[in-house]
Amino acid sequence: MLKVEGLKKYYPVQKSSIEVLLTKRRDFVRAVDGVTFDVQKGEVLSLVGESGCGKTTTGRILVGLETPTDGKIYFKDKEVTSMEKDELRRLRKYIQMVFQDPYASLNPRMKIGEHLEDSLAVHGIAEGEEAKEMAMAMLDRVGLPGEQFYNRMPYQLSGGQRQRVAIARAMILKPEFVVADEPVSMIDVSLRAAILDLLMSFREEYDLSMIFITHDLSVARLVGDRIAVMYLGKIVEIGETRKVIHSPRHPYTAALLSSVPSFMRRKKRVEIIGDIANPIDIPSGCRYHPRCPFARDVCRKDEPELEGDRHLFACHFPLELTF
Amino acid sequence: MLLEVENLTTLFRTKRGIIKAVDNVSLSLEKGDFISVVGESGCGKSTLAYSIIRLIDSPGEIAGGKIYFDGKELTSLSEEKMRKVRGKEIGMVFQDPMTSLDPLEKIGDQITETLMEHIDVTKKEAWGIAREMLEKVGLPPDRVDSYPHQLSGGQRQRVVIAMAVSLNPKLLIADEPTTALDVIVQEKIMDLLNEMRKEGRAIMLITHDFALAAESSDRIAVMYAGWIVEMGDADRLTKEPMHPYTRGLIESVPDVWVDREIKPLPGFPPDLAKPPEGCRFRPRCPLATEKCTKEPPGVEVDGRYVKCWLFEVE
Ligand SMILES: Nc1ncnc2c1ncn2[C@@H]1O[C@H](COP(=O)(O)OP(=O)(O)OP(=O)(O)O)[C@@H](O)[C@H]1O
Ligand SMILES: Nc1ncnc2c1ncn2[C@@H]1O[C@H](COP(=O)(O)OP(=O)(O)OP(=O)(O)O)[C@@H](O)[C@H]1O
Ligand code: SF4
Ligand code: SF4
Ligand SMILES: [Mg+2]
Ligand SMILES: [Mg+2]
Repeated sequence: MLKVEGLKKYYPVQKSSIEVLLTKRRDFVRAVDGVTFDVQKGEVLSLVGESGCGKTTTGRILVGLETPTDGKIYFKDKEVTSMEKDELRRLRKYIQMVFQDPYASLNPRMKIGEHLEDSLAVHGIAEGEEAKEMAMAMLDRVGLPGEQFYNRMPYQLSGGQRQRVAIARAMILKPEFVVADEPVSMIDVSLRAAILDLLMSFREEYDLSMIFITHDLSVARLVGDRIAVMYLGKIVEIGETRKVIHSPRHPYTAALLSSVPSFMRRKKRVEIIGDIANPIDIPSGCRYHPRCPFARDVCRKDEPELEGDRHLFACHFPLELTF
Repeated sequence: MLLEVENLTTLFRTKRGIIKAVDNVSLSLEKGDFISVVGESGCGKSTLAYSIIRLIDSPGEIAGGKIYFDGKELTSLSEEKMRKVRGKEIGMVFQDPMTSLDPLEKIGDQITETLMEHIDVTKKEAWGIAREMLEKVGLPPDRVDSYPHQLSGGQRQRVVIAMAVSLNPKLLIADEPTTALDVIVQEKIMDLLNEMRKEGRAIMLITHDFALAAESSDRIAVMYAGWIVEMGDADRLTKEPMHPYTRGLIESVPDVWVDREIKPLPGFPPDLAKPPEGCRFRPRCPLATEKCTKEPPGVEVDGRYVKCWLFEVE
């Protein structure tokens, strides 16, 4: 369905001209620094990792909101960067994104119903009465009865209701691929389950492929067929959800897992040293080495490749532990 | 008992009516106790915390009840005396560390000033304590020379905790101290709170994360619409919740190690200006009966407090 190879996104760091003259080099934030993965038809891949590791940037590149610095994206075996304008426009209809902040993603001056109609019009699917009918039906479908909600304005809705609108606006286009960026992290705990249920019901109905970005591993466990763990712009481990959660091989995955609060109370603790490094100045060798309690000399020199069969990890000394 | 809150009621007089954000709430804490207060947004968790340190401003007021802390009754204490309790005896950590930090002042100066305001130390001694405290929360002591913007969110929160601890309070109230932070940083902050508890301080953690409460505390108080609906031993309460709301809340959140479906809680919390008659959870409760149109009594069952008609003893 979707394949990305060596995806990179570097943002130049703003500097004064004096600084540039003095240092004679330009610095870059290596937000995404060589990411390779694929997503099968009907599959949900969770993308997890600490704040700033490049999850959102990866998602934004996939839906065409950012252009990659390097790398290739294939959608149904077709390379996206080489597509003609027309083809690209059609493609955008099939790849939709649901954002983290349900307050920022809606237009404050537009009625709820109009958000959906607008979406249909932009992609040339329907207009006028037909669009209105489709919008009403979709609002009903996401649990916001059209009769009551079509004419409301975004400020009249709660966070959870807004996120339903954002989901409706994406789903009305019958996408094949959805990037959901932390869709529940700004919603009150007790309402999260209902939003997750809603997303998963669309997944079944449309046989959607999905990238589900979250920093919450318990949510990743619930929704994802596979999990990809990112650290400083790179995937350090990827594999079937159960495998990654119960027998993580990368020390970072293990540390992340061991710090998730659980009703079971923690069983094992895997250490992590200090704070996350600066993405402008990525450590040599294994980029995790300054924080890794298992690092040895080779880790400071050679960068480990992401290797393995179905369960891949990038570490010279992978762990053997079960949670 | 270090802290005893008795029948505390705090309300806000708003245009839409009177909001009883904390309604007849009682709880107590001993030295070295770690209690978590959990519940949905708007259920009154922060109002309870602010009431204890008397930081409720108009249109809010403490309308009833007593707060006994270390031999003093706080609701009737003069503001002058209360200022000595705040910070020095009861420390407070908020969700946004910037509410406690001055963006224009070096970290070291801020800790030093706080110290000199509350305890009798020279400037030099205060700087020494500041460095010591930063080290204790896992920051390099030379961070005394940093400004808040030069630190990450997690580091700032650690500075705030360092500031609170440096005054050696008997009770620390932390209101969602890790909500904006990653789990790894959260774990480090929880370690700090636990260390403080080991030193004999009492901790009150306010959080919407039930798993975090379950993992870190001795006791949990579950709040709903201004009431404590269930309170008891953290382990037992999470394994065998009694109140229908506690059950619903636990069933609605996923757990990283447990394989189970999650069930959304139906409906929304009530508008506190017009709460439903009788049990405030009634409109969302799968077990509601005719009886529930009257306010349920709070009862002790098996060392646990529950406010629900299902547990009424004849
Ligand atoms: N437009 C931009 N210009 C410069 N730097 C950027 C830009 N967008 C993102 N970055 C940087 O790129 C890195 C990755 O950011 P990104 O938003 O992808 O992280 P994330 O994993 O989604 O984090 P979070 O969990 O906080 O949402 C960060 O260091 C961020 O500061
Ligand atoms: N200054 C105020 N004026 C009017 N109403 C207020 C004020 N502060 C709080 N309230 C109301 O009191 C109730 C309890 O609020 P409180 O902030 O204590 O909830 P909370 O449990 O801490 O929620 P959250 O998880 O969102 O922080 C809410 O209904 C809120 O709207
Ligand atoms: S390669 Fe070395 S430093 Fe990197 S994660 Fe593995 S053991 Fe740690
Ligand atoms: S008192 Fe009645 S409505 Fe309230 S929680 Fe108990 S059973 Fe449900
Ligand atoms: Mg993001
Ligand atoms: Mg609060």
